[in-house]
Parts: sequence; structure tokens; C-alpha cells
Amino acid sequence: MIEMIQHPLFWLVAVIAVLSASGVVLSRNAIYSALSLLANFIMLAALYLMLNAQFIAIVQVVVYADAVVVLFVFVEMLLGAVGRIPVVERLTPHLIVALVVGFLIMVIVGSVVYEVPIGGARGSATQQAINQAGQVQVLGMTLFTDYLLAVELAGVLMLVGLVGALVLTHQWRRERGIRVQRANREGMPSASAGANRSSLTGNRS
Amino acid sequence: MQDVPTTWFLLLGAILFTIGAVGVLVRRNILVMLMCIELMMNAVNLTFVALGRELGSLTGQVVVFFTIVVAAVEVTVGLAILIELNRLYQTADVDEVAGLKG
Repeated sequence: MIEMIQHPLFWLVAVIAVLSASGVVLSRNAIYSALSLLANFIMLAALYLMLNAQFIAIVQVVVYADAVVVLFVFVEMLLGAVGRIPVVERLTPHLIVALVVGFLIMVIVGSVVYEVPIGGARGSATQQAINQAGQVQVLGMTLFTDYLLAVELAGVLMLVGLVGALVLTHQWRRERGIRVQRANREGMPSASAGANRSSLTGNRS
Repeated sequence: MQDVPTTWFLLLGAILFTIGAVGVLVRRNILVMLMCIELMMNAVNLTFVALGRELGSLTGQVVVFFTIVVAAVEVTVGLAILIELNRLYQTADVDEVAGLKG
């Protein structure tokens, strides 16, 4: 049954994916862009299911459709609520250049994909072998044996990203700098140059 | 009935990548540009998974797994930079952020 409806399903999902991707680019309101992005991510998860990559499909939904889109919408609310982001914008005048570049990319990539036959050594992880052992088990064995170092490094990368985002957005650095400046100004009201320099170095440390 | 041919997936990936690239070039809102970068990453992920199925290799899926991790970190740091830029310039328009222009 699933086999029978697979091709029309592919076309349906592909068309929705292309339409929602166009929606990200074309919609004037950034919130609509985020929602189109959500639709696109979910369609890609469906495509991964068709490609027999269940684990990647679930990760796609959990990480992309959940975390990333929520982050986008949250930042949008955070900045839009203050009223400083222009939510509505016009399309820029160098549209033609962008369209030409896009057309070139499409022609080059599309012709390569269409003309060049897929070569290379066939591995042992065929559909039957994967289905027999279980998708997640096979992928987990590969991840935690062959790619163990990369998994550990990915963990370190996520930690660094977390700390970096906190350091970038946190306010205490700036507040302490202002406090140091104020203390310097009150302490030495006449020696302005020296106080300024010391306050600058105080800022940086 | 056969599986969907791999070439269709690759062509769909190419179309999605192109839409993302045009979006990065056309839009001036940093937030939407980040979203278009995500679109391009997803197109490449689709290509990896499709080729991995075609070649009977799990490496495609493993690479996609790491790409998703890196993309999550990239979005986090990118949005943090966006918030900081918004504090400095009070705008999300990349054309207005011209502090380094000579």
C-alpha cells in the first residue's frame, strides 16, 4: 500500500517543500517566513522517511522544526515587541542580479545532477541489511565506533556555542563597565583624560 | 512499484538550494537571511541522505547528523549576534550595518 502511493506522495511533498521554501523568501512578514520554514522542515522530514532514514527524520523534527524555529520566532518576538525591527520590508532593487545568479546555480547544479551518473563503491548498508538490524541500532553503532571522536567534538562544539551565545547576549559586562566609568568620574572629577583611559582599560579587563 | 529514483531527490535538493541562495541575495532582513541559510543546509542534507541510500552507505546519514548539530549551534550564535547588532544599530537591515565601510 505504501509502495503504491509512494510516487504521488513524493510529488505532493516535493511541491509543498518548494512552495514553502519560496514562501520563506517571498513573504514580507518575517513571522510568515518562519512559519513557511517550519512547513519546509516538516516536508523534509517526510522525505527522509521516504529515504528510509527514520532517525534523521525524527532529529529533523525535534531539532529543526522544534528548536530552531522556536528560536527564530522567539527572537522575532523579542526584537519586534520593542518595535525596532521593521517587520515589513521591500524587496531590494538588485533583484535581477540575484535571479540571474540563482538561475546559474540551478543550471549548473541541475545539469550535474541530471547528467552525471551516480558512481562510486556500493557499501554493505543496503535497505534489507538496515531493516534487518534496525535503523537506529545500525546508525548508533556507526556513530559510537567509527565516528566516536566526532561525536565528542560535537558535544564540545555545542558547549562552546552555548557559552558563546550567553557571553554575547549577557548584559553584565556592559553594566560593570558603566559602573567603573561612573566610579572613576566621581572619584576624579578634574582629571578627565586619565580617568577616561583607566575606565576604558577597566572596561576591557 | 519501485522506490522513488535518487535523481528526483537530488533535483529537489538543487531547487531548494537555489531558492535559499536567491533568498540570501534578495532579502535584507538578517533574520530571513539566516532562515535562507537554513534552507540551503537542508537541501544539502537531503542530497547526503539520498546519495547515502543510493550507495548503500550510512556515512551520508552520519554527516547529516553532524550537520544538524552544527546548524543548531550556528543558529544560536547567529541569533545572539543579531540581538547584539540590534542593540547597536536598532535595525535588522544589513544595509544599515555599515560600520566598517570605508
